[in-house]
Parts: sequence; structure tokens; C-alpha cells
Amino acid sequence: MADLRVDLAGVALRNPFLLASGIWGESGESLKGVWAAGAGGVITKSIGREPRAGYPNPTVESYDRWGFLNAMGLPNPGIEEYPQEIAIARGAGALVVGSVFGHDADEFADLAERLAATGVAALELNLSCPHAEGLGAEVGSDPGAVEEICRAVVRRVRLPVIAKLTPNTHDIAALAVAAERAGAAAVSAINTVRGLSIDATLRRPTLSHGLGGLSGPAIKPVGLACVWQIYEKVRIPIVGVGGIGRAEDALEYVLAGARAVEVGTAVAFEGVGVFGRLARDLSSRLDALGVSRLSDLVGAAHRESGAGATAAAP
Amino acid sequence: MRRIVTVSERVVETPSTVTLRFTDPTPARPGQFVMVWVPGVDELPMSLAYAGDPKGITVKVMGEASGRIQSISPGTLLGVRGPYGNAFDLSPRRLLAVGGGSGTAVLAPAIEALVERGGDAVAALGATTASELLFADRLRDAGAVVHLATDDGSAGAPGFVTGVVEGLLRHQTFDAVWTCGPEVMMRKVVLAGRTAGIPTFCSVERWMKCGLGLCDACALGPYHVCIDGPVFPGETLLAAPGFSEFYRDASGRRRPYARPSAPGPAAHGP
Repeated sequence: MADLRVDLAGVALRNPFLLASGIWGESGESLKGVWAAGAGGVITKSIGREPRAGYPNPTVESYDRWGFLNAMGLPNPGIEEYPQEIAIARGAGALVVGSVFGHDADEFADLAERLAATGVAALELNLSCPHAEGLGAEVGSDPGAVEEICRAVVRRVRLPVIAKLTPNTHDIAALAVAAERAGAAAVSAINTVRGLSIDATLRRPTLSHGLGGLSGPAIKPVGLACVWQIYEKVRIPIVGVGGIGRAEDALEYVLAGARAVEVGTAVAFEGVGVFGRLARDLSSRLDALGVSRLSDLVGAAHRESGAGATAAAP
Repeated sequence: MRRIVTVSERVVETPSTVTLRFTDPTPARPGQFVMVWVPGVDELPMSLAYAGDPKGITVKVMGEASGRIQSISPGTLLGVRGPYGNAFDLSPRRLLAVGGGSGTAVLAPAIEALVERGGDAVAALGATTASELLFADRLRDAGAVVHLATDDGSAGAPGFVTGVVEGLLRHQTFDAVWTCGPEVMMRKVVLAGRTAGIPTFCSVERWMKCGLGLCDACALGPYHVCIDGPVFPGETLLAAPGFSEFYRDASGRRRPYARPSAPGPAAHGP
């Protein structure tokens, strides 16, 4: 059996498959269930200072097998009440990564400090939600802001800090470079891709917020390109996200430069059993390839490609 | 997946509940729910009070959105997606169905389907007062024996419907008990079923956003009402942390259920 264990910036993962932030993760029992199903770790909902209801419904548009467009609006129970949910997951032995969002560096740092006190293994900064005014990608598409926020958090917590980056920018690698310069231990890419759905009969957007973010198999090529570009510019580990539902998808992300991956939409398609299946399938796939350790393949496609693949298409 | 339907009929059922009917050819089974979008207002989970053609939802005023849905007139366009979730098992030969308030809405089409298949049904319906009893005539017309209870004693037995249920379980035999209503009520029904040695099945109502098993809003212990339910075996619920104790609001915060008996966050749908 191939070795799926990975070291993500000092955090030992039993396999590379993390629950992506925003999927389940409001309740400790759900996080516990994902861990029991075989995930390498679970990332919480993005937590803010206050309880936040999110946008009115409709918040999700389904495109059957190729993905979802969502604008949930960062609903979360708030930092006061959420630690009891983390305690349930940690009580079951889960490796929990805490996700936070904020308006500015101070708010990020405060929340990170409070979440760090709950015993999470690492922190992920949501610098990339595509549909929240003054939050997420609105602060996270400027390399200067990414650097300032990461620096403020790194100064306040001893845990590895993972900056989750947005693809809705012309140069995601510059964001990763900014995060690395500020001391972030890793970056994750990508969050959802900005999108819009319109109902032609009603002549209006279907989501209450209008704009949303696309997830699922449709965005895998976007995520792969972002991971590829980031890998060329930074030394810190990358967590690949976007359209991963098969072992082959994860393998592609690893070859592009990811050390671990996040799984979200596939949980809705397949249920929580997706985690155990992905780990088994990836292990079998590596055995068939004669690869004994997944981590040996990180970025391997760069070594095969020569200079050509790094250049933008004409 | 989402389709636009036209409201064909609006029926005032009780002072607090209204039924909206619409034609939607997507097949559904009794017990399932749909996500109903009122453009510009909200999109809410609604049990199908009529699962055939035309479909129907019975809306209880719980908040601003359900209030605005109630006032919708025939001709209004609605978005519908689903049906989602599981359905009632229609195989019991002799059924006891226990409806609390507007919870009867999801039981009614299932009782009709069970009787149509040759089953016998006894229904115990509870409400705050006589005028709020839902679908008693509809269930009698379907061939069910109907027992009533009201909090104020204005119709049927005075007090909670669970008192009626305990009496029925003592004196009659059933293959199964179905129930829908406030979780505190359903818990009592499940415990009464356990005492009588009869399996119970509960249709659970929780705050819901995506309906697709994605967002965690309807998390109930290790389950998600939208994909694992809305119908659960009673024993499963008794073992689920939080059942009848708290629900989660739109932010995911735990909110306790009032005791001894109060409507849930969305007593009109799952």
C-alpha cells in the first residue's frame, strides 16, 4: 500500500484529503462524521466575530454533476459559540483546521488567536470568499492586503497559517508570494470562481445575492492552473482545491504542485463516504504506478514539462 | 433542475395555514419536500401536502417569508426544485399517524396513499384550538379514523395529542406509527411507541438552506435532514444528539426548543 501520509507545514496528515471550509462544518457532529469517514483533516466553516445568518435563500444553484453556484454569505455561529463544535470534533480525535474571515488584519488576528486557543492544528485564512462585501476576496485580491493580514496573524499565533487564495484575480501567484513573504506556512487554492445564474422566465438572478461562486468539477482546470502557477513562485506548501471528486483529480493536483487537497462539492454528490473512497483509490492508483509515497510526486509535472507549459497560451 | 410553476389555487385551511396548488410534472412520493422560491422573498423547504397532480404545499405563518408566501394569489410564478429527501414507507397494514399542528400537512398524502393500497389508518391530530385543526375532514374522506385533541379543549380531547396517542396505543394494535410536529411532541410519540413495541417514523422539520447536503444548516446529530431524512426511525432520533433539544438557526447557532410544547422553526415544512 502506498504511503498517503503528508506533512503539511509541520502538520502530519494521515492522508491528503481535507474537508473544504464551508461544506458541513457548522456542527461538531458533522465534522466528527467527516473525520470518522476517513478524511485527513477537517476545516471548519469560516468563523467571524458575530453570529452571521448569511444571505436569504436561494443561496445555491445546482448544475447537476458539474457543480454548484453558491452565495451563502459566510453564515457561521460566531467565535463565542463555535468552540463547543470544535470540542466535539476534537473529542473524537479529529484533526481540525480553523477557518476565519475578517474585514481587516486586526480582526483576522483576533479571531485567529481565539480559534487557536480551541486546540485546532492550523488556521486557514479566508481571503477568497467571492461574494461578501468588504470580506473574503474583496480584501484578498490585493497582494498588499494579503501580506498585511498574514503578517498580523503570524505574529499573534504559533500555529501554521494557511492563506486561502482567490482565483478571481489576474495574478494568483502574486497573492501566494505575498502570503509567503508575510510568513504564512502554506497557501490553499482555489476558492470558488465568481459566477452568475439568471432565470430567463423571471428575468432575474437566481441567487438572492446575485453573484456567487462556482465549485465542483467545472472548475478543476482553473484550480490546477492556479496551483501550477503558484508552485512556480513559492516554496511553501500548497493545498489544492477545486473539483476534486476522484483520486485521479487529487493526483493531478499533486503533480501540479499540491501537497494536500480539499474536497467540498463531492461531499454533496457522494456523501461523506467520498473520503474513504478517495484514500483507497489513490493508494491503489499509486501502487499501480509503482509509487510508494505520494509526497514524492508533489510538483512532478513541472519537472516533466520543460519551460513550455509554464508560458501562457498565445 | 429548478423549474418555474404557476400557482393555480389558494385555499385557506385554518386561520394560520394556507395551501397553494401548482402543476409540476416531476414525480414525488409522500413524505418528500421541495424547495419553493418566491422571487424577491426567500426560498423555503416545504413538505408536499399534495404529492400528485397538482402538487400542493401548506404554509403556516412562522416568519416574514412564510407570511408573504401565504398571501400569494393564483397566477403567481414560483421556483420549485426537488423533490428531495426520503418518503414514508407505505407498507404498514395498520397505521397510527400523529400530527401536531401543521405537521399533519406531510402526513396527509402519505395516509391517503396507504389507504389506497388497502391499509387501515387511524389519525390523531392535535392543535392549539379547534379552528387550527388541519385536514381532519380530508383524512376522514380518505377513510381514516380521526381522533382530535386541542390545547384549549375546544374540540376533541383537551390537552396534548400525545395523551390521545398513549390511549390508542394501549387499546389498539398498529404496525407502525408516523408522526410530524414539534420535536418535543415527536419525542413523546417515539417513547410511547417504544413502550408499546411499535416502530415509529418521524418527519423532522429543520432550518434548511441548500437542501442538497452541502451547507450543514439542517444538521441533526450525525445526520442531515435534507438528505438522510426528513423521515427518520424514532429510535434513530432518540440516539441523535440534539433531537428535541435544539435546532440551528440561519447562522448555525444552537437554539433551544421551548418546552413542554411549541412549534419548531418551520412547522410548515421539513
